[in-house]
Amino acid sequence: MIEPVIPLLYLAAAASFVLALKWLSSVTTARRGVVIGVLGMALAVCGTLLKPEIVSYRWIAVAFVLGSVIGVPMAMMPMTAVPQRTALSHAFGALAAALVGTAEYYLQTPHIDRFTMSALALEVLLGFLTFTASLMAFGKLQEILPTRPITYRNQNVVNVALLGVAVAAGVYLAVRPETAWLFPIFAALALVFGVLLIIPIGGADMPTVISLLNSYAGLSAAAMGFVLNNKLLIIAGALDGSSGLILSVIMCRAMNRSFTNVLFGAFGQVQPAVAGGAEEKTVRSASAEDAADILRAANLVIVVPGYGMAVAQAQHKVRELYDILTKARVEVKFAIHPVAGRMPGHMNVLLAEADIPYDKLMEMEMVNSEFPQADVALVIGANDVTNPAARHDRDSPIYGMPILDVDKARTIMVIKRSMNPGFAGIENELYYMDRTLMVFGDAKAVVGSIVKELAGGAMH
Amino acid sequence: MSQDLELSLYVFVLATFLGFELIRRVSPLLHTPLMSLTNAISAIAVVGSILVAGEQKSVLSTVLGTLAVTCSMINIVGGYLITYRMLRMFRKSGKERS
Repeated sequence: MIEPVIPLLYLAAAASFVLALKWLSSVTTARRGVVIGVLGMALAVCGTLLKPEIVSYRWIAVAFVLGSVIGVPMAMMPMTAVPQRTALSHAFGALAAALVGTAEYYLQTPHIDRFTMSALALEVLLGFLTFTASLMAFGKLQEILPTRPITYRNQNVVNVALLGVAVAAGVYLAVRPETAWLFPIFAALALVFGVLLIIPIGGADMPTVISLLNSYAGLSAAAMGFVLNNKLLIIAGALDGSSGLILSVIMCRAMNRSFTNVLFGAFGQVQPAVAGGAEEKTVRSASAEDAADILRAANLVIVVPGYGMAVAQAQHKVRELYDILTKARVEVKFAIHPVAGRMPGHMNVLLAEADIPYDKLMEMEMVNSEFPQADVALVIGANDVTNPAARHDRDSPIYGMPILDVDKARTIMVIKRSMNPGFAGIENELYYMDRTLMVFGDAKAVVGSIVKELAGGAMH
Repeated sequence: MSQDLELSLYVFVLATFLGFELIRRVSPLLHTPLMSLTNAISAIAVVGSILVAGEQKSVLSTVLGTLAVTCSMINIVGGYLITYRMLRMFRKSGKERS
């Protein structure tokens, strides 16, 4: 009999997932981590397929094929689209958990005990709200929906009230599972809450939101584990839940903001212009040629990439710049702020895609001590994370946020499309400093012409 | 509290702590692959999905189960593939991509 082996397969799968995460801690072992992760999932799937309860494989086979046909192209998306892709896959994961919970409810009621029903309610609540919330996040990241926060009067009151009603419905269902008419209402409330939760959150807060949704999807799977009394689901869900939670805490810390502020603060609305503060400030602008001359004479250049680099798809041009400067014996490093981009680690993946070695990508704490020695800090598409106001201006919305000390470099060069404020909707005083040169234009085009200048200069 | 439930709660709490310890050690360099890998792992919901789809206890549950297996499969295939693709891109100075 094969049946007694199934728990052992599940145990091996759980151990594989733990190893997968352990090996992901360093680049050298990370790929092994993925392989063992796949192995764990294969064991889990095989173990489940062997269960005697399964009477027909027809629909399972259809779903396997269908899922693979959709899943493969989703894995082939360009690296700039990784945040959207991640949001979309959170939506699928959460939907799976919610649908299973719904099916279990209709199969098991009214013979369902209170505890199982509580876990099931939690699974369905988290699953459905994460489903719509992730779809909304996807829409914002793909810019199908406006990325600025959408707010209205008493928004937080409405949201909290709606969540309260949803939780109350869940509790009522847990006490009286036979109240079948309430279940669809409960599910609908969760779906609507997911939408309302994301509406007031702006694009730059997406790293935190995506991490949090990651956590919810995991917790929903763990709740399913309690419903089905399956320890493998509990372990995998808990690992995923804690991972998402840690990442969102790291993101919040990197912005010096609280969870509540990210979720309910509607950060990133356009700030009304401060009356009376309209003193004429001047910026120094430079051409690509000037920029090339300064870069050629430098010893150490620190590049500060931001979301703008991803939008302009400039990472490959940046690699060309890196190559040509490195050949000319200029040292080039990259300073990565934890919240640069739209998801944790977004910039690292983009630069790795452009074939820039990962030992040149420096974390904020490591690189900040190097800015005073840098001849040039080259800011490409980053804004708020370089604003010195975060250090000293108590009235600034970003006061207290850890920033990259770009202003300490000898020369600061900023490649920017226009003088429009960044996501926080505030002016960056870095641009008005004497040592700052603004190179206006599309990041890809500007870096391209700097590279051309440098290549041309080398031939003379 | 039944013994089964008690055991499950122990498993959940300990796995959460284990998760915290493991994830804290992951370098920020790899946070994007980390998220796509944990996303693939959370597709473990496939276990419950397969059961619901394969038991065929009612039309509704079979339909919901089949949909759930499809969603989970999208994440399993897509999640692991893209994580692997990303990790292949990371290389050290002076070394070719392997």
